[in-house]
Amino acid sequence: MAWFEKAAEAPLRVPTEAVWTICPSCKAYVEKAEWKATDKVCPRCNYHDRMGCRERVALITDTGSFKELNAQVGPNDPLKFKDSTGAYADKAKATVEKTGIGEAVLTGTATIEKIPVVLAVMDFKFLGGSLGSGTGERILLAAEEALKLRRALIIVSASGGARMHEGIVSLMQMAKTCAATARLKEAGLPYISILTDPTTGGVSASYAMVGDLNIAEPKALIGFAGRRVIEQTIKQKLPDDFQTAEYTQSHGFIDAIVPRKEMKAFLAKILRYASGAC
Amino acid sequence: MAKKTVEQQETVQEVKQTAWDIVQIARHAERPNIADYITFMCDDFVELHGDRLFGDDRSLIGGFATIGGEKVMLIGHRKGRGIEENIEANFGMASPEGYRKAKRLMKLAEKYHLPVVSLVDTPGAYPGCEAEARGQAEAIAHNLEFMATLKTQMVIVVTGEGGSGGALGIAVGDRILMLQNAVYSVISPEGCASILWRDGTKAALAAETLKITAGSLKSLGIIDDIIPEPKGGAHTDAAKAVAAVKKAVLDNLAVLKKINLDTLLQQRYDKFAAMGRF
Ligand SMILES: [Zn+2]
Repeated sequence: MAWFEKAAEAPLRVPTEAVWTICPSCKAYVEKAEWKATDKVCPRCNYHDRMGCRERVALITDTGSFKELNAQVGPNDPLKFKDSTGAYADKAKATVEKTGIGEAVLTGTATIEKIPVVLAVMDFKFLGGSLGSGTGERILLAAEEALKLRRALIIVSASGGARMHEGIVSLMQMAKTCAATARLKEAGLPYISILTDPTTGGVSASYAMVGDLNIAEPKALIGFAGRRVIEQTIKQKLPDDFQTAEYTQSHGFIDAIVPRKEMKAFLAKILRYASGAC
Repeated sequence: MAKKTVEQQETVQEVKQTAWDIVQIARHAERPNIADYITFMCDDFVELHGDRLFGDDRSLIGGFATIGGEKVMLIGHRKGRGIEENIEANFGMASPEGYRKAKRLMKLAEKYHLPVVSLVDTPGAYPGCEAEARGQAEAIAHNLEFMATLKTQMVIVVTGEGGSGGALGIAVGDRILMLQNAVYSVISPEGCASILWRDGTKAALAAETLKITAGSLKSLGIIDDIIPEPKGGAHTDAAKAVAAVKKAVLDNLAVLKKINLDTLLQQRYDKFAAMGRF
């Protein structure tokens, strides 16, 4: 369920990294300029690399239309959690300062090809995109804003799952966010979920999987339990494509896999089909 | 009066009992399981099988039940007794079809105007290849949305292990009760220790830090009430332990049934919305 499971796979550090980006998936060397031009999509293997929430907002909304909401909502430390590497409160504070985004999700209002929406975009950089109480609160408030304004809600997920340091309070954010999306649905409003790499654990098992449409980026890791946990449980190696967006789509849980370059136009098209609901 | 007794017992026991001791009681092989609850708590039970989509999960069961004259829909995780029964019950680890069966039965409860009583006792949702393929995340996620807006009274009792998303998948309701020696956590102490401490033997420390016992969860505002257990744990006197659960369930149902349904649903929403709001 946890974002830490991936921590062991640190990116390769080579002297050429000033000029080259190494694709995290196929390890190909791609010139930094090209990496930027493709919006972090590997030209060789089509891996869609993780994106910061502000980059993502710029990619899918009309320029200058985004207005952040509830920036004051940040992490809480209900358990006064401390492990062998230190106190969670200190880590959370350092992360807020380093990333400048306040929580693992950025929320606000925006337009997409002039269609008004409420948007929530997760950021893996913020403690692995883990679902803390501040994250859940921001998402709930975003859903309530969509309800109030009678707009579609779009959530872009990127998360390893629950934030262990907030214990049971983190788990309850799954119920809390789903209570909010359920209300949107009762009001007949559209909710579109976009699953990016990775969307796993408590986030895949809550708001990310209950979109009217579930849209994924190519090759994104999407699943409930971690690969290692499953391999230990069933004592077998899993196939390479296990828990990819393509695997998840072929099993019936993803409506469309949309390349990054086409995402904004695709969302606008869907929103026009959904306009009768707003 | 009853409440005071629990608190007194806790004060006495807290001195010698660690969170890890409580984990052992919660997982005790002889701890009352759903079969015992059906035997000692229900005047009648009609098991209903299958999710109508794929199969009939033996790890999560349910059906019509009569408890002290009250007709209800009873659902709950199923742990077995002895190795053979436990293999059949998959040690209480449910698959997507279990969560979908639970949803079907809860929907039926709403239709027949029956309250839902949900007994939670699972190490977690099954982390298997097939469970992933059939949408473990989607099954749990949809239950969370569904329970948030289900138009009937819902009493949840964490009777043993409240294991993460697998527990939460049947644990959204109007009242969340917990047995004195039950635990409820975002991750198992062992899992947390191996990830955050990188040392599986630190499970006792992780259990303490995660604040997973009934007393801690009550202080955190996650659960509503603690149900006392016989001295030494529920397994020392199953009939007595189950009788206390029966009383708590009936007392809470009586209160909930007096609340207008719209008010009840608003209170349920507010309850979860407030979790992690500080
Ligand atoms: Zn590549």
